[in-house]
Amino acid sequence: MRRFFQNKNFTAGFVLSAVVVLAAAASLLWTPYDPNRMSALERLEGPSLRHPLGTDQYGRDTLSRILAGAVNSILVGLVTVAIGLLLGVALGLLAAYGGKAADEAIMRLADLLFGFPAVLTAILITSILGPSMVNAMLAIGIFYIPVFARLTRAVARVVWEKEFIAAARASGIGELAIVRRHVLPNILSPLLIQGTIQFAVAILAEAGLSYLGLGTQPPHASWGRMLNEAQTFLDTSPWMAVFPGLAIAWAVLGFNLLGDGLRDVLDPKMARIR
Amino acid sequence: MSDAALLRIEALRVSFRTPEGPGTAVDGVDLAVAAGETLGVVGESGCGKSVTALAVLGLLAVPPARIETGTIRFDGRDLLRLGEEERRRIRGREIAMIFQEPMTSLNPVLPIGRQVAEPLRVHLGLTEAEAREAAAGWLEKVKIPAARRRLADYPHQLSGGMRQRVMIAMAMVCRPRLLIADEPTTALDVTIQAQILSLMRDLKEETGTALLLITHNLGVVAQMAARVLVMYAGQVVEEAPVAALFEEPFHPYTQGLLRSIPVLGGRAGGAKTRLAEIPGLVPAITERIAGCRFAGRCPHAFALCREDPPALWAIGPGRRARCWLHLHPERRRHHG
Repeated sequence: MRRFFQNKNFTAGFVLSAVVVLAAAASLLWTPYDPNRMSALERLEGPSLRHPLGTDQYGRDTLSRILAGAVNSILVGLVTVAIGLLLGVALGLLAAYGGKAADEAIMRLADLLFGFPAVLTAILITSILGPSMVNAMLAIGIFYIPVFARLTRAVARVVWEKEFIAAARASGIGELAIVRRHVLPNILSPLLIQGTIQFAVAILAEAGLSYLGLGTQPPHASWGRMLNEAQTFLDTSPWMAVFPGLAIAWAVLGFNLLGDGLRDVLDPKMARIR
Repeated sequence: MSDAALLRIEALRVSFRTPEGPGTAVDGVDLAVAAGETLGVVGESGCGKSVTALAVLGLLAVPPARIETGTIRFDGRDLLRLGEEERRRIRGREIAMIFQEPMTSLNPVLPIGRQVAEPLRVHLGLTEAEAREAAAGWLEKVKIPAARRRLADYPHQLSGGMRQRVMIAMAMVCRPRLLIADEPTTALDVTIQAQILSLMRDLKEETGTALLLITHNLGVVAQMAARVLVMYAGQVVEEAPVAALFEEPFHPYTQGLLRSIPVLGGRAGGAKTRLAEIPGLVPAITERIAGCRFAGRCPHAFALCREDPPALWAIGPGRRARCWLHLHPERRRHHG
């Protein structure tokens, strides 16, 4: 464990993302105000002791909404990475070991998906399925499938050529058990690194979709949605945009640094050096 | 070669698809290993000895490899006719294998205890606790110090020699009747080599397993094997009891191999002699050769050698050689 915290990227990323996770967890139990409670008398207030980050045009407490928005962002990150990992790893393994036909079919499909501009297609998907948080997660998650499929295929192929796989076969271990017990543990690090980075990308993507009105729907708090609403009042109440924007930057930076740090520490070539 | 052979390979022919066209890596190999016996298989890299071993285990990648003809009988069963599932049940249980590279033959992310225990769980259905216990016992048997505490160690925490001991434990846990060792000591320091060889001899004695020892090192064969098979370019060129082979090698290739062993200090008397080598290279597996495959490098070769391939003739008790000199002994050149 000490190995991880000797890495500056990892430590910084860990602290930043821990704050986001803790904020999200805390908001489930307690927020200064109900994030959706409107108050006609407290509209568009600047930062004060009563409302440390001010209020929006409906008099809702920005701090409470940012805390609640953290739950939203983490949920999106978790679900999209889970979709990408589950389907991507399965397809990647199939491409790596399922023979040439399966490999070609899966990889060409991945190329096809990569060929579309991601944001445009996400907009397309959410406009067809209807704007909602679930559909936004689906749209982002679908784009993660080829990301993880390609990565899995590449690293699994390398592992498959290793002598310990031959040794496992010589011990009479079945092919599926070899994939499960010998290949998967060996490709866990790159998947974890990629997953952390995609987590950050998902937070940004959800914020973008919500900003465009295609993600989280009102009255639920979402950082991107808050930016969208703040736009109208940028001249008179700039803090409405500043704080959600900072929250997005904080979280994305945090998970990116965490991913970079993990890469530094878990890189197989570095891992040998103790 | 009794009929009670544990493993009997007959007329095995394995070809590979290569970019230069099909090539024959193993061409009509016959060999037999009796229960409890040690057979040494010697030859240069690429002579087909490892391919033969992989064919026995059913681990050749098909394609590019293809078993064209031949039978591999193990304990009366024709392995080549068995289904994949039946072959898998034999691997690790009845026939086990040790690989050359102890540094890469262990899974780097699994504790060694689990790796040694895995064949027991797969083949004998032991519970995790039972398998762990047995694994600890085997790590002690292969003389790993403080074996019980080492169960949770990862391969990178062990030296090369220790890893090879772990590999041996992993191969032996199910008490296989045949152990195939493919260059088991080649990657190790000389002092460690001797320890590993003596460990293998002890374990063999204790368990009564037969050993098919593949190596290019004649010294290893001399220490371990009772009988030796010399392979060249996919064929068996000589077979003999180990003492006879070293005293009186028949095939020019075997003679060349023996002459190319470095001797400390050179010849007795002090004058240093140049280490003998066999000129030329092993022919590529895609090459078509009309006569004897060794003719191009052989100091005794004559016209017949280049035209007709010699057969593997019996040349004495327990001895066979694939060389025209058997029928034309007058052609052997005696040089100082």
